[in-house]
Amino acid sequence: MQDPIQLELSRRDLLISSAATVAVTGVAGSAAAQSAGKQMAYVTKVNFTVNGERRELDVDNRTTLLDALREHLHLTGTKKGCDHGQCGACTVMVDGRRINSCLTLAVMHDGDEVTTIEGLGQPGNLHPMQAAFVKHDGFQCGYCTPGQICSSVAVLEEIKANIPSHVTGDLNSPAQLTAAEVRERMSGNICRCGAYSNILDAISEVGGITA
Amino acid sequence: MRAFTYERASSVEAAAKAAASNPEAKFIAGGTNLLDLMKLEIETPTHLIDVNGLGLDKIEATPEGGLRIGALVRNTDLAAHETVRRDYGLLSRALVAGASGQLRNRATTAGNLLQRTRCPYFYDPNQPCNKRQPGSGCSAIGGFSRQHAVVGVSDACIATHPSDMAIAMRALDATVETVKADGSRRAIPIADFHRLPGDTPHIETVLERGEFITAVLLPSPVGGKHIYRKVRDRASYAFALVSIGAIIHPDGTGRVAVGGIAHKPWRVEAAEAELPKGARAAARGILADARPTEQNRFKVDLVERALGAVLSEARG
Repeated sequence: MQDPIQLELSRRDLLISSAATVAVTGVAGSAAAQSAGKQMAYVTKVNFTVNGERRELDVDNRTTLLDALREHLHLTGTKKGCDHGQCGACTVMVDGRRINSCLTLAVMHDGDEVTTIEGLGQPGNLHPMQAAFVKHDGFQCGYCTPGQICSSVAVLEEIKANIPSHVTGDLNSPAQLTAAEVRERMSGNICRCGAYSNILDAISEVGGITA
Repeated sequence: MRAFTYERASSVEAAAKAAASNPEAKFIAGGTNLLDLMKLEIETPTHLIDVNGLGLDKIEATPEGGLRIGALVRNTDLAAHETVRRDYGLLSRALVAGASGQLRNRATTAGNLLQRTRCPYFYDPNQPCNKRQPGSGCSAIGGFSRQHAVVGVSDACIATHPSDMAIAMRALDATVETVKADGSRRAIPIADFHRLPGDTPHIETVLERGEFITAVLLPSPVGGKHIYRKVRDRASYAFALVSIGAIIHPDGTGRVAVGGIAHKPWRVEAAEAELPKGARAAARGILADARPTEQNRFKVDLVERALGAVLSEARG
């Protein structure tokens, strides 16, 4: 029988060796490439504002905005769910609009203003939507919650800005704040615990929908 | 994701030239489809040309009474634009029927036209796919083909074009305006923009290497009732099984483009003469050359019934 300590060691070795692989890739990746007569790099400098604070990063071009927020800026409130734009857990606001931070590159956001769940409110100073999610129990495991809350805040703004949705009745009258509108507009945020009805209650309270 | 170099384009011409000089370069705008495919290494560009800063995000009236929609206008902004809502309601309706609020905030007009198929075999690098790897075969033919095309198909590919917006653009007779690497411009009618799969399903549009979409043009409004009806497996945030984009006039005449059934937005102008006779007659013309599989035969009936619902809504 194999010694469990030996097994443990080999797992460590494996982890160390994968880390080394990542490091080597990183070195190779920082080399410049020649394209169209210009020197182009695999790493690009990007300046943006995150939750009101100016940040400057040198990132591998492949870094998504999501990974820049989580791995470089250690803002781990924004969650990585599917990493393919299907679940909405990574939703953040860029220049006031909600987007999937997993489907955009950090280098594409030079000069932009990013707001994450940490920027909406903090413990002791909750955003009204955060407080409403707590009050209405708008989650179970909580993994999708930062994305749900960012999306919820943006949904109310989108209705105010008269952006139509699939369930909008008349395109030529102002968009209405109704439960049906909220449900449709929140369809890009999946909650596998199924807290949808409580999420709707939270948004309804903040938006002022009377049931 | 494979490593790539990155540049922010300084002008449309420079972008087209940069793309033409490197066969492995790609433009990136919204990135919502391209990055998804790059993560799966289905798309493996070695260089990305970011065109977000080119100022192509305006919607302007044309001297002919139509609209010029910049290539970088986001789906949300196009759907919410006052003139689009009033005069091209079909376009607004199709846009908001697609994707999610987050995706529509990033996805662009040109990028929407250039979306790749959502065929699950195209997305699975372990399966043969003529679109992903030319010559490797088609896994959908003889596989799970419930979502696939029923018309315009070939023995090489039965994938569908996933766009809702493009269905509206086809019914509205839009024109795609481009700049080539040599600086010349051309206007491509939307009917000619997307290709049928034939033997080369990996070539999806008539764009040349480096050719860059600058705008989509709409002719002057045609009036009528604008209806987009999308049938899908859930009420929101799903691709169409079948969708109908229609403009119907009070006398029963009109235009119909159909989504979810072909490699391109499907419109048969000759069949539109049958619209006043009803959905059955028109659908027969639209699907005259249909070659469904056992699993997607239902789409033939679904087109007729969805069109019937559209015509009854138009009368209502």
